Amino acid sequence: MNREKGQSGIRQDDAGCETLSGGKVVNIIVAGNGKMGATLTRQLAMEGHDLTLVDSNPRVLENTQDRYDVMVIHGNCATMDVLKQAGVKEADLLIAMAGEDEINLLCCMTAHAMNPRLHTIARVRNPEYTQQIYKMRDMFGLSMAVNPERQAAIEISRLLKYPGFLKRDTFARGRVELVELKLGEQSKLCDVALNDMNSIVKCKILVCTVLRDGKAVAPDGNFVLREGDRIFVTAPSNELATLLHNLGIITHKVKRVLVCGGGRVTIYLAKQLEKSGIAIQIVEQDPKRCVDLASMLPYAEITQGDASNELLLESEGVASCDALATLTGIDELNMIISLYGSSCGVPQIITKLGRVNNKNILENLSLGSIISPRELCCNTIVRYVRAMQNQTGAAKTVYSIADGQAEAMEFLVDENTRHCGEPLKRLQLKKNVLVACITKGVQQEIPNGDSSFERGDTVIIVTNGDRVIYQLNDIFE
Amino acid sequence: MNYKMMGKFIGLLLVVESVFMIPALVISLCRREHGSVMGFAVTIAILWGVGMLLRLLCRRAKKSFFAKEGLVCVGLGWLIMSLLGCLPFFLSGAIPHYVDALFEMVSGFTTTGASILEQIEGLPYGILYWRSFSHWLGGMGVLVFLLAIPTEGQGGSGFTMHLLRAESPGPNVGKLVPKMKQTAQILYVLYIVLTVLNVIFLLIGGMPLFDAVCTAFGTAGTGGFGIKADSIAGYSPYIQNVCTVFMLLFGVNFSCYYMLLLRQVKSVFKDEELRMYLGIILASVLLIVWNLRGFYDTLEETVRHAAFQVASIVTTTGYATTDFDLWPGFSKAILLFLMVIGACAGSTGGGFKCGRALLMVKNMLRSVRQLIRPQRVQVVRMNGQTVEEKVLANTNTYVAAYVIIIIASFLLISVDGFSITTNLSAVLACFNNIGPGFEAVGPTCNFASYGIFSKLVLIWDMLAGRLEIFPILILFSRTTWRQR
Repeated sequence: MNREKGQSGIRQDDAGCETLSGGKVVNIIVAGNGKMGATLTRQLAMEGHDLTLVDSNPRVLENTQDRYDVMVIHGNCATMDVLKQAGVKEADLLIAMAGEDEINLLCCMTAHAMNPRLHTIARVRNPEYTQQIYKMRDMFGLSMAVNPERQAAIEISRLLKYPGFLKRDTFARGRVELVELKLGEQSKLCDVALNDMNSIVKCKILVCTVLRDGKAVAPDGNFVLREGDRIFVTAPSNELATLLHNLGIITHKVKRVLVCGGGRVTIYLAKQLEKSGIAIQIVEQDPKRCVDLASMLPYAEITQGDASNELLLESEGVASCDALATLTGIDELNMIISLYGSSCGVPQIITKLGRVNNKNILENLSLGSIISPRELCCNTIVRYVRAMQNQTGAAKTVYSIADGQAEAMEFLVDENTRHCGEPLKRLQLKKNVLVACITKGVQQEIPNGDSSFERGDTVIIVTNGDRVIYQLNDIFE
Repeated sequence: MNYKMMGKFIGLLLVVESVFMIPALVISLCRREHGSVMGFAVTIAILWGVGMLLRLLCRRAKKSFFAKEGLVCVGLGWLIMSLLGCLPFFLSGAIPHYVDALFEMVSGFTTTGASILEQIEGLPYGILYWRSFSHWLGGMGVLVFLLAIPTEGQGGSGFTMHLLRAESPGPNVGKLVPKMKQTAQILYVLYIVLTVLNVIFLLIGGMPLFDAVCTAFGTAGTGGFGIKADSIAGYSPYIQNVCTVFMLLFGVNFSCYYMLLLRQVKSVFKDEELRMYLGIILASVLLIVWNLRGFYDTLEETVRHAAFQVASIVTTTGYATTDFDLWPGFSKAILLFLMVIGACAGSTGGGFKCGRALLMVKNMLRSVRQLIRPQRVQVVRMNGQTVEEKVLANTNTYVAAYVIIIIASFLLISVDGFSITTNLSAVLACFNNIGPGFEAVGPTCNFASYGIFSKLVLIWDMLAGRLEIFPILILFSRTTWRQR
């Protein structure tokens, strides 16, 4: 039995969403109610799942219980007793998000032994385990291992390949991309209606969502773009270079990256960049950590010093580097360094933020691409839960875009899908639902009113975040 | 303060109350009781109108809802529900004075069972039904009922926890399952099943259906409004024993029943509060039986009356099968002790609650040990788990508030010139939601002779006792209403 008492209150600012109906309710245990656990809880509770939280800190649990409709259990999540109290026998999924990898693994292993039906997701983020993670998945009975820092590093390295995009999400095994662009002062797209866009970009793209003044807008053909808009565009991957070229965004290849902070993300990133032959310079404050980094990453150049010191950054050549990534553990520091970097004229800036509750205040700062390991990982898990919820016809990929105000999903058209072969202009789609791309075999089609989809195609749907689309048929009115 | 959100909840509360009043209207219609038909019809219209108006006005409520809002919402909700719910008594002419009607209604909703009615038998059936039904509704809590029915706008957020904490009795309020709605549904399903079982057992004993339903409502809510002047005394020994058993069952923490359903029998009987509750009952019955040697004709009668009275008082029901005011002093002292202790936390019973008393005693023993060896570090344990210091501090605060309110109320109602025993037992009986006290407010008497002022004080006590003081106390605090 859970026994909690408290009179404290927390603002309900983020509980504005109604419970989303549809799909099966998944009974989930979240072990570890830290920052990552809280992000997950928020998302999963809003989707209407049964959540039980386990943590060893009663204060944190109490706050969470006041904020979300969840049950909380106080105790060590790796003990059988606590797992039993949390209802592991009836649970469908266990997400282990405790601070230590070892506890997460033990927790999943124990829970899996108690309930073999249980799906388990563990967060394992120690770089030393990365090599063996696939073997460990079998050994510990994990359904999935997540590594937010590694995910962030991969995301950053992808961004470095195409400077100019703030964010890149891929669909259809990498053949279709959804990219985010910010319209600057000199952008050729300013004051252009979407209908006239093709003459400028000269390639097949579709603007799915425009983020203007912090609000996501689903645009139609007459929508006129303005300076400062952030646009989300779907395009076949092979068209990206053309797109950038025609927009007049200079895309010189990134050759040298300056990274501030030598945390886990940096290590993973350095390993990624080594493969693509990009030089990496790391600035880290802790001398001991520097030595560790040097022994771990022979390829990287490591400097010991305070990254907030402008002189040091200057001597490291911040003005001439191709990209700057601020990856320290302190959000404020990352933001300051990024701002300094943008004032020095660094072409591409990537800022890591742990806490991205209020993205629209960051909007007007020139922080470049914002990467949040926590959000990336949360997206992955939510995707997994949705797939569990709906075994057939579930989305293959889900990305949350436009600061979480919209979602892009990839579905396979199967025998249950209605309206196959009918042109889109004759379909009654729900409000704010957009078919952003149809992939037929190896061919990608940016749809217009005459396009249609057939069985075996994959379609990408963009919808604003108000409702969840569980399967493709949900898009029809 | 989020007035709109509170308005939305209270509006829904009134609409639900109007729906629950419909059976009473139907009964009145069937029995052709014109006065009460008019009373119920008008009240239903008012409740529905006010409720819908509130919901209409408070459509666009913001979502910020804190502990304070939860407490005020519960306190205010109960007050308004009682103020409007007593209208049928008043309008039908069954109770000519409004304050008397309010006393009767509050006594119903708070499951006290203290009455100001001199004559019960002559009352219209609709009124009798509504009186007993108010026990049933107030027993588990009407806001808990609201949480059980599907309403919009609760999705995923946990603010409903504040409502559950404010309305459910006990020092530790927790959920049974992750979702609040399902927790509330489980509680109500258990409650309904037990009530139906009670009705069936009473029917087997040959009780008329109407009597059985009303008695079961009174038992389930641990309220104690009888539909006869002599309470349960006029019924057969079998019926009295059924009542004894069911009163005790409704005094147990409902989460224990849920655990039983999950087949965790061991952990239920290891529950320290339940053990204490059963132990107190057994000891009290034995002591009273010993004390009552020769008072009744047979041993069976003695045991039956002793068990019934103990069950009735410890669960704060307030039914009676005999005038225990005539019992010897020692037995009366035991009953007085039981009045204060009350039932288990998380049950429909009132009083101080066994669990809280246990915590208090444990904490006191710890302090004593601390005095002897100041360096020693100790924690208070309950069911093998460490109790947080904050819970202990809350318990101590509760004790202080409890004592202060009892003393203050005792002083205030002493103005009416009754004896000390009468006044003290009246306050204890109202505050602990029992019903009958001793002497002038004993089981065969009623509260009619108190003046209006004293009645208002007792009404306040009943509400404060049912909602465990703070939701009502907070309504009178200036900081609550100050803008922030």
